[in-house]
Amino acid sequence: MQQPGRAAEIKAKGIGKSFGSFRALDNLSLDIGRGEFLTLLGPSGSGKTTFLMILAGFVQPSEGKLFSDGVDITNRPAEQRAAGMVFQGYALFPHMSVEQNIAFPLKVRKKSASEIKSRVGEMVERVGLKGHEKKLPAQLSGGQQQRVALARALVFEPGVLLLDEPFSALDKSLRGQMQAEMKRLHQETGTTFVFVTHDQSEALALSSRVAIFNHGKLLQVGRPDEVYDRPANRFVAEFLGEINMLPVKGVRPADNGATGLCEDRAVNMRCKAEAIKGDAILAIRPEDMSIAPEASINENGIAATAVASTYLGAATKLDLTTRQGARVTVSVPNEVAAAALSKGNSVWLTWPAEKGFLLPDGGQ
Amino acid sequence: MRGTLSDRMGAALLMAPLLLFLVLAYAWPFLGVVKWSFTLPTPGLGQYHALLTDDLVQSVFIRTLRIAAIVTLVSVTAAYAITVVWVRGSPVQRVLAEFCILVPFWISVLTRAFGWVALLSNRGLINTWLQSIGFISEPLTLVRNEFGVIVGMSHFLIPFAVFPLASAMRSLDERVLLAARGLGSSRMRTFWTVFVPMTRSGIIGSAMITFVFSLGFFVTPAILGGGRSVMIAELIYLRIFQSPDWGLGAAISVVLVVFVGALMALLFRYVKPKQLV
Ligand SMILES: Nc1ncnc2c1ncn2[C@@H]1O[C@H](COP(=O)(O)OP(=O)(O)O)[C@@H](O)[C@H]1O
Ligand SMILES: [Mg+2]
Repeated sequence: MQQPGRAAEIKAKGIGKSFGSFRALDNLSLDIGRGEFLTLLGPSGSGKTTFLMILAGFVQPSEGKLFSDGVDITNRPAEQRAAGMVFQGYALFPHMSVEQNIAFPLKVRKKSASEIKSRVGEMVERVGLKGHEKKLPAQLSGGQQQRVALARALVFEPGVLLLDEPFSALDKSLRGQMQAEMKRLHQETGTTFVFVTHDQSEALALSSRVAIFNHGKLLQVGRPDEVYDRPANRFVAEFLGEINMLPVKGVRPADNGATGLCEDRAVNMRCKAEAIKGDAILAIRPEDMSIAPEASINENGIAATAVASTYLGAATKLDLTTRQGARVTVSVPNEVAAAALSKGNSVWLTWPAEKGFLLPDGGQ
Repeated sequence: MRGTLSDRMGAALLMAPLLLFLVLAYAWPFLGVVKWSFTLPTPGLGQYHALLTDDLVQSVFIRTLRIAAIVTLVSVTAAYAITVVWVRGSPVQRVLAEFCILVPFWISVLTRAFGWVALLSNRGLINTWLQSIGFISEPLTLVRNEFGVIVGMSHFLIPFAVFPLASAMRSLDERVLLAARGLGSSRMRTFWTVFVPMTRSGIIGSAMITFVFSLGFFVTPAILGGGRSVMIAELIYLRIFQSPDWGLGAAISVVLVVFVGALMALLFRYVKPKQLV
């Protein structure tokens, strides 16, 4: 099997793409490390597919340069880039059997019949398609077609594997299973994976790093925990999961962090506030907040009224309104939610100083 | 899509005039032709027996099949090239291709046949030009033979061969072609190993239409064949209007219609009607 050293290292420098007057990608620079699992995450229409197509060589960028292992490949045609690609909708050859589909890139490379046979056999086994070799794509389920597409893209040991929303057509349980297989294939092959999705939980679960796109711009790149816990802006914060936004007045630096007034109560924050002075937004994930019976001076907290609850099985999602009208959602143990709703709905909302981060007021 | 009962009744009502027309204009007279084939000049299977033993009739049948096969090959190949440009070319190429496909529909088949005579005859444009540049000394026989017939018929049939191909090429998933290239396949290889096989139903439909049309061609072979390359339709015409040998003419017609019917049945086993337009 492939040596990790063969995985490609890709650098995009100032990539832009215009379709007529429409800006699909804008000044995008991104380094993709050797053997990493990078996910491009963003809402539909944010330019993810366009960027992937540029990496594959199917779309020519309007500006910018692309390097693979230090070599400028901006003008290299797709057939010479040897990137494995799994398309949205799989794009299998409908007139070829599973075996022939997987053998295609090897035949193109003029491998010997015996080598093709053994490598196709190995790949069929690896993706769990044994017994289906002679079938046509139309005779396979969505999940099986997905595996054929993966096998076909990996069989020639490409330096990079590009995947465009490969699981969007699969149902939820199959999706989980394929995600696990994807991780395994990444480890086994050691190839660089660039994976596109609009599903934030998929992105966080799979990737070594996540690149977040919106309106053709790259907003932030980082490890899943970095982008989740320290989003660069409000869009990233909200896109990666539910988050509460509390207005904070008079923010100023303080001992290892910052301090300010939230609903007329002093709150402490461990996050840095150099760039933010005055009024700001404190963003906190629902799972980082809790409900307390009464106020404590040692902990950040504000008064709130529970208005609704949603039972989620393992926990309950509680919707509250603060005294000044901000809407807040917390994820709490089921019995805490029940108690909060029963005792006149008036509760104390708390969170530790280490949690949450400051965003500019009203900013993106 | 399945309509409600009243939808289907409505559709049937709308179709009724067409069906009535087809029955009155084709089916009914054809029954008369069938009757002639068994009754003229004397009742019995005599004409079908003659058809099997008459050397002239058989040579015309074989020539018709041969010309139809060659014309089909030429037309489908040329139509394939034009359709690729029409469906996948640049905007300018598309307009040009569309023009080439549509213009023939505006010019009558007769005009086109005489046009080819003007081009291909011994003192036609091509021979005079070739002689003037000294390429040949004696004129080439390009017309009043099979060659002329094939050229004229192919020219007529190419636009018809285009539509099933265009339909197949339009419904093809672009990403499959990208996938092939991404896997390292050159444009040439992608064309032959992916694009062409994926348009197979269009090729079958196009070939069948061309072949069936060719079998019944009359005007073009009559003019460009100059009586030396007689095809079935012309033979039927000669038997009925010149010899007059209505019984044999009718029997040949019946065989032709049955043969074409069988071909159409075969065609619709492989291709859905909606893939042909
Ligand atoms: N070939 C094209 N011509 C014109 N606009 C395009 C083309 N390809 C993509 N776009 C536009 O670029 C934007 C980004 O598209 P895409 O990269 O497919 O987004 P995503 O994959 O993130 O959903 C969309 O608004 C889309 O309409
Ligand atoms: Mg997309």
